[in-house]
Amino acid sequence: MSMFARTPLDQHNRRIEWLVKTLFLMMTVLLIIPVALIMSILIYRGAPALSLEFLTQVPTNGMTAGGIMTALVGTIWIVTVALIASVPIGVAAAVYLSEYAPDNWLTRAINLAIINLAGVPSIVHALFGLGAFVVFFGFGRSILAASLTLAVMTLPVVIVSTRESLQAVPHAFREACWNMGATRWQTIWRVVLPNSISGILTGVILEVSRTAGETAPIMFTGAAAFLPFLPQGVLDQTMAMSLHLYVVATQVPNVPEALPFGVALVLISMVLVMNAMSIAFRVYLRNKRKW
Amino acid sequence: MVEASPKLSVRDLTVRYGDKTALDAVSLDVLTNEILGIIGPANSGKTSFLRALNRMEEFDPNMTVQGDIFFEGQNITAIRNVYALRRKVGVVFPLPVGLPMSVYDNVAFAPRLAGIRKRAELDVIVERCLTRAALWDEVKDRLDALGSLLSGGQQQRLTIARALSQNPELLLLDEFSIAVDPVTTMRIEDVLKELKHEITIVLVTNLVQQARRLADRTAFFLQSELVEIAETEELFTGTVQDQRTRDYVEGRFG
Repeated sequence: MSMFARTPLDQHNRRIEWLVKTLFLMMTVLLIIPVALIMSILIYRGAPALSLEFLTQVPTNGMTAGGIMTALVGTIWIVTVALIASVPIGVAAAVYLSEYAPDNWLTRAINLAIINLAGVPSIVHALFGLGAFVVFFGFGRSILAASLTLAVMTLPVVIVSTRESLQAVPHAFREACWNMGATRWQTIWRVVLPNSISGILTGVILEVSRTAGETAPIMFTGAAAFLPFLPQGVLDQTMAMSLHLYVVATQVPNVPEALPFGVALVLISMVLVMNAMSIAFRVYLRNKRKW
Repeated sequence: MVEASPKLSVRDLTVRYGDKTALDAVSLDVLTNEILGIIGPANSGKTSFLRALNRMEEFDPNMTVQGDIFFEGQNITAIRNVYALRRKVGVVFPLPVGLPMSVYDNVAFAPRLAGIRKRAELDVIVERCLTRAALWDEVKDRLDALGSLLSGGQQQRLTIARALSQNPELLLLDEFSIAVDPVTTMRIEDVLKELKHEITIVLVTNLVQQARRLADRTAFFLQSELVEIAETEELFTGTVQDQRTRDYVEGRFG
C-alpha cells in the first residue's frame, strides 16, 4: 500500500469538504436569484415604456402619459444636496472618531448612538425631518428639507464605512509619521486619507443608492406627487423618482402597464450607473496605491 | 575615548502598560556620539525604554511613563513642542515600514514637513540619505517605485534613510536586523559605525554579538530592570560584576 493512500479519516474529511463547498455554493447562487429576477422582470416589462421622450418630457395626462423628466431631475437635486450635506460631516466625524478620539465612555456612547441611528426606521426620520427642517428651521417642504432629512438618515452609513476604511490603514504607517515629527493632521492628510479613499467612496456609493431610493423621508419633507415644472432652487419642492414610482404604481388610475416598470428600471439604472462610475474610480485609485 | 558629555540622561524611568510594569526605575546616561547597545531577553523592557525616549506613550493610551529624561539637559517630559523633539530623534523599528508612497517621497517626507519645498534641495537630501543607508545604488533608477513594495531588507534601509532625512541628533534602532538578510545587516552595521561620528545611537538588539561588534558601551536589561551598564569589552570579557550578565552573554539563558 502506498504511503499516500487514503485513510478512512481522509475519506471522511474529503466528503465533508465537498459537502461544505457545495452547500455554500448553493447559498451564493440563491443570493443571486432575486437580483437576477428583479432585473430581468424590470427589463422585460419596463423596456417598452423606455424612449428618449420618456426621459426628456414631463408627465402629462394625469401622469398616465408623457415622461419622467421632472422626477429624474428632482432625484438628482435631492441626492446631490444630500451628499453635499452628509459627506463632509460624515467624513469629519469618522476622522475624529478614528484618529483623534480617546477611548473613553463618551466615544463609546457616540459609537453606540451612530449604530442606533442606523437602525431608526426611515418613517421616523421622515417625521423628524418634518419637525426639524420643514417646521422648526422653516425651510418648508423643499429640496433642502428633504435632502437634510436624507443626510441625517445616511450619516451613520458614511461614518461607519469611512471609519472602517481609515482603520484598515496599518497603524505602523501612523507611528512612522508621528515619529518623524508629523502632527496627527499631517499624518491623516498625507498618509491615512490617500490610502483609505477607495473605502470612503464605497460608503458614498452606498449612500447614493439609498438616498436615491428612499421614499418615506422625502414625501413628508419636500417631494411632491406631481409638479409640471422643474425646481429652480433648493427651497422649491420637486418630484422624485421613488415617490413617482409609488404614485404611478398605486395612486393613479389607468396607468399603462409598462409605465411603473419603466420608472423602476430608470431608477435602478441611475443607481447602477453611479455605482459603476464610483467602482471604476475606486479601482483606478487602488491600482495606484499599494502596500 | 574622549571624555563625552551625556546626550541623554535617564532617571528612574518606569514604563507601564495598564498595570503591568515593563520597565522599572531605570537610570542611565547615553553619551554624545557613542553607540549604546541594549541587550536582554524578550520582555526585558528594551523596546519600552526606546519608546519612552520619543514620548511614544502618546500613541498608546495604555502606556504610562514616569521618571525624567533629559535631552541635552532639557527634560523632555516638559517639552511642549513634542514634534520638535521627534524631529531630533530618528526611530527604526524591527519590522520595516515603507510608507505607501514612492521611495523618493518616503525620504522627502520629513524634509517636506520641515518646510523644504525646492526640488533640487530635496533631491540632494534624498540621494544623501539613501546613500548613507546603503540603498542608493539599488533604487536610484526607480525612485518613483512604491516604497511599500520593496523587499524587506530594502524597506528597512529605506526606513533608516527616512530616519536620517530628518537630520536627527539621536538615532534609536530596535532590533533592526530581524527582517534583514545577513549581508545587508553587515552593510547597515558599517553605516552605523560611520554615523556615530555625527549622531548618537541607541541600539537595542537581540543579537549579543551585534552589540559587541558595534556598541561602545552596552547595557543589560533583565525583567524590566537595568542589571548593569559598562564598556562593551568589559561586559563581554568577564570583568563584570553581575553573574546574570555573564550567563546571558555567554548564552546560558535568554
